[in-house]
Amino acid sequence: MKLALGPLLYYWPRKDVLDFYRGIATSPVDIVYLGEVVCSRRHELRLSDWLELAATLERAGKEVVLSTQALIESESDLKTLRRIVAGNGHLVEANDMGAVHLLSGKKPFVAGPHLNVYNPETLGLLAESGACRWVMPLEMPRAMLEGMLRAKPAAVATEVFAFGRLPLAFSARCFTARRHDLPKDNCQFCCLEYPDGLELTTREGRSFLVLNGIQTQSAAVHSLLDEIPALVRIGVEVVRVSPQSRHTTDLLALFHRVIDGALDPGAAACEAERLAPGAVCNGYWHARPGIEHRGGNS
Amino acid sequence: MEKTDRIELVCPAGSLPALRAAVDNGADCVYIGFRDNTNARNFGGLNFDLAAAREGLVYAHRNGVKVLLAINTYPQPDTWERWVKAVDAAAELGFDAIIVADPGLMRYAARAHPQLRLHLSVQGSATNYEAINFFHRHFNVRRAVLPRVLSVAQVEQVIRNTPVEIEVFGFGGLCVMVEGRCTLSSYVTGESPNMSGVCSPAKAVRWEQKPDGLEARLNGVLIDKYGAHENAGYPTLCKGRYRAGNDVYYAIEEPASLNVLELLPELARIGVVAIKIEGRQRSPAYVAAVTRVWRQALDHCLRDAAHYAVQPAWAGELRKMSEGQQHTLGAYHRPWK
Repeated sequence: MKLALGPLLYYWPRKDVLDFYRGIATSPVDIVYLGEVVCSRRHELRLSDWLELAATLERAGKEVVLSTQALIESESDLKTLRRIVAGNGHLVEANDMGAVHLLSGKKPFVAGPHLNVYNPETLGLLAESGACRWVMPLEMPRAMLEGMLRAKPAAVATEVFAFGRLPLAFSARCFTARRHDLPKDNCQFCCLEYPDGLELTTREGRSFLVLNGIQTQSAAVHSLLDEIPALVRIGVEVVRVSPQSRHTTDLLALFHRVIDGALDPGAAACEAERLAPGAVCNGYWHARPGIEHRGGNS
Repeated sequence: MEKTDRIELVCPAGSLPALRAAVDNGADCVYIGFRDNTNARNFGGLNFDLAAAREGLVYAHRNGVKVLLAINTYPQPDTWERWVKAVDAAAELGFDAIIVADPGLMRYAARAHPQLRLHLSVQGSATNYEAINFFHRHFNVRRAVLPRVLSVAQVEQVIRNTPVEIEVFGFGGLCVMVEGRCTLSSYVTGESPNMSGVCSPAKAVRWEQKPDGLEARLNGVLIDKYGAHENAGYPTLCKGRYRAGNDVYYAIEEPASLNVLELLPELARIGVVAIKIEGRQRSPAYVAAVTRVWRQALDHCLRDAAHYAVQPAWAGELRKMSEGQQHTLGAYHRPWK
């Protein structure tokens, strides 16, 4: 099983991003997804900067994948998409069907978690279009994934989002700018203030959601670390950890040791819980509401 | 694409009486769903079995109105056959088109029933012309319903770059999130639009009167709390009031509904071919009133766009139908974002 670092979902100052990936270069991660997937206004790193990072990480022995923006609205979004698709030798993660259309039949790609691949027929279609790997939809339970794996085309590898706040929804509206009473077009880049997103609680103080620009995430941190043996058993080839502002390399090390059989999954999960920015959850995996947490191993 | 001098009015029906109401009041098309999770309004007591669908088709076709079948949720490995059967039934019963989101199911439909017209559902999340053209190239999709995230200028850009007809939402409940890309509901309740055809399902709702207000909960999560003088709304997740810092506010969206009557001439000019009215869960009386107003508005606009103006009577009638809620232009109007 390989270990992947998902695309950075938050907006951090340039220096923090570069420092972060410097740490990643020496971490035990196999695959690194790079690029801006949430908001086209974010510009601390331009595409050329991401490509430079990609080269550095490749020299450090990492497989690099460039992720495309999940919500593509404007012609300029499409221009960026075309540049990502055309201009380099890297594998691309397609996060909308527009990206799939541009990649289709031209080069292999990763079918990202927001493509809505819920059945083997759709996965087969993407495989014919060039998908070499797919990322399971976040809400898919284990039993359904097993159904997918029984029928999936052999050439497509399977990746599961295994640690991090869940990106639950996308909107045309920027909720972080809304919090600051700013229009999206003049957001003053207020996302920079929230390295792990802006937390919303319910009116009785329960931690609930996290606003990340146009994206809404769970406040709880989805963790399948203690499910690694089960994931291996059913045929998952890659697990994804989503970047957070602190402890990401420690989390990657925990995953790496569990995958290598050097650390007990339960013990690792307890340790990871201490490193997470919120309470942990895993309900989706157990066909329950995603916010729930079920203890014990399956 | 061919310029049209006509914009179709596409109206919702969750029951036979609602279908008749839409037909009788000027709909060009009515869209319906079967009684299961193959469509995104999988609510108890709503929708059509085969007999009702047959009766509805006869009534609509006799009046020159088309009927579209929404099969717009995502089939899953164990239940694939249910969606396939829905597609087969649509072809057999003579629906004028099916509205589909899942690419795999679309391929099945295109191969098994090449004569059956395909529309790309809003749940398919195609927000740009490259995405729409994927569905056109592979399945000859004839029409796409756009997610409610684009400005008018962006809709125009889509229309200029695709041979696929473009349908947009004009009135009714407003998804603030990109349709097909929102799992807030399953995060809290275990059921989502994509897999179960529901959002914030009624069975997960609990109302509790407390000394300091009326609480609305969804699977135990407090979505909002209403004082004595506030109108309590349905606890849809994205329309709750939450706390950020010291502020409690509608952090995602106010409980407003979409109404783009004033944009009609603009939508006609850029080449939108159909306006969709949301609300298969609504009553026949609602469908009748909203269809009547939109029929009049469309006729005015298409006859003489230059002198078109929203008439106070239309606005009043629609306000009555929106439960006193405010109206918004949503993403069509840039500042909303």
